[in-house]
Amino acid sequence: MIDWLLVRDIASWALILLGSAAVVTGALGLVRFPDFYTRLHAAGVTDTAGAELIIFGMMLQAPTWIVVAKLGFIAVFLGLTSPVATHAIAHAAWMVGFRPLVGARLRYDEDSE
Amino acid sequence: MGRFIILVIALAVIWLALSGYFDKPLLLGFGAASVLFAAFLARRAKVLDAEGVPLSVFPGILGYMLWLTFEIGKANLMVARQALAVEPKLSPRLFLVPNPPRSTLGKVIFANSITLTPGTVSIDLREDEILVHGLTDELCDEAGIKAMGERVAKLERGQA
Repeated sequence: MIDWLLVRDIASWALILLGSAAVVTGALGLVRFPDFYTRLHAAGVTDTAGAELIIFGMMLQAPTWIVVAKLGFIAVFLGLTSPVATHAIAHAAWMVGFRPLVGARLRYDEDSE
Repeated sequence: MGRFIILVIALAVIWLALSGYFDKPLLLGFGAASVLFAAFLARRAKVLDAEGVPLSVFPGILGYMLWLTFEIGKANLMVARQALAVEPKLSPRLFLVPNPPRSTLGKVIFANSITLTPGTVSIDLREDEILVHGLTDELCDEAGIKAMGERVAKLERGQA
């Protein structure tokens, strides 16, 4: 006899905790990485792994299928819109002439495009 | 007309999934009316084209999203490792990758896939190239990103 409700709770908790860990990791990276463009990547961890894992965890806690469907819509639309926002920010920075640090020594490269 | 019908079906499914009303005739009637009105407005606004109702990428896009989810998972681990490392070993750089999809929709799917994968962000879209910023050498996997572009191009032609 397996207690499926318990299995569901454990799986859901694991996903939510993993997602929370990803959010914290992204936040840490955001503070620790050296420049604007590298920080975008850290924010990407929060955007993708963090948000989606927490939503999957919440799906397992949902009382009805309607709630699962709504969380599914949220997951899909987050996946569709967050890269657009990230690209908009990155492109805006690029267009005003803001250049990234490059190479293992993290210098500004004068000949980069 | 085909796209119009597909849009009506898709909107109806979304309305049912979001509202959860299956047995209240009055509300179902309002739902049907709003679905038809929205589809009518979409037709009047002439957005019922390959971009507004992208039929060509179905059903390949579903498999692609599943594959992309795994890629995102792998890239997340690499970026998380750098964020948590005592001394992050970053070597960010810019590089150009070809953008093989022909339609605007395909190009957007490809550029968004690059951005969605942590560790790579698409910064600038050129005629048929994308300028990408990568976080480490391991994440600047140009061959891998090229392969992703080919996959999107195939998807857009309806072969995936």
